[in-house]
Amino acid sequence: MAKKESINPEQWVAAYADYLYAFALKRLQDPELCKDLVQDTFVSAIKNLRNYNGSSSEKTWLTAILKNKITDVFRSKASETPLPGHLSGENNTQPFFEENGHWKDKHAPRIWETEEADPLENEELKQTLERCLEKLPPLWAVVVSMKYLDEEKSDHICKELSLSPSNYWVIIHRAKLSLRACLEKNWLKG
Amino acid sequence: MKWHNNIVYNCKKATFLIDKKNLEGISPLQRIELRLHLAGCSVCRLYYSQSRRIDQMLRGFYPTRIKPENGLDEAFKKGLQESIAKEIKKSGA
Repeated sequence: MAKKESINPEQWVAAYADYLYAFALKRLQDPELCKDLVQDTFVSAIKNLRNYNGSSSEKTWLTAILKNKITDVFRSKASETPLPGHLSGENNTQPFFEENGHWKDKHAPRIWETEEADPLENEELKQTLERCLEKLPPLWAVVVSMKYLDEEKSDHICKELSLSPSNYWVIIHRAKLSLRACLEKNWLKG
Repeated sequence: MKWHNNIVYNCKKATFLIDKKNLEGISPLQRIELRLHLAGCSVCRLYYSQSRRIDQMLRGFYPTRIKPENGLDEAFKKGLQESIAKEIKKSGA
């Protein structure tokens, strides 16, 4: 049998507070909110000490609790954004396409002239991407963050945010269309 | 079926399939449809490569504006330590 991990709440702040804070900040970008979440994490961990079965490390266990709290924030952010209609519905993926499904001329992708090996090494590009992400409706930004930052499975994201798979894919698609257009407009245009 | 419902002529559907394919895969039939479309549409071929590049950027993305480098300040940590002690007492652990 695997060795049971011991638990020592008196050491938590020194051992994990900075780690948990950085973890939350990476996903939420709101220092005050993230401090609250770290505190809530410790408090609810102590209330639930009995549920800790020692099969994972303290750090893993605390991170899982924090992650649930972040998901709650995601969920409430998500509820602020109206759901997109079905793919075939009207107004969908507008304003990029004509009614007949062709690209509108002024929205059609243009060739990007920059070809760095690692585009993120370029600080300016990184900042442009960040600004473009901030322009997304909250729900789309949450979906993108769960998918690309946390690399969650799509069906998991659907479940957590109560999205149908078809809504989920429309959101991913529309977010990508918007990001592409925003990047092209602000940075990558040759 | 209206002619523009056919994916071969429909960039809107093709780009949807491109984003889905790049992230999680599409059905064999959809793959064939998409290949037919891409064979005749240079704009969507461009979208295809840019969509992949954006995926790469997003995977490597780390928000820059607020950095946690300095961690939490000592006063906040002290408060945390106290609230933990209080909770431990309360729970009788």
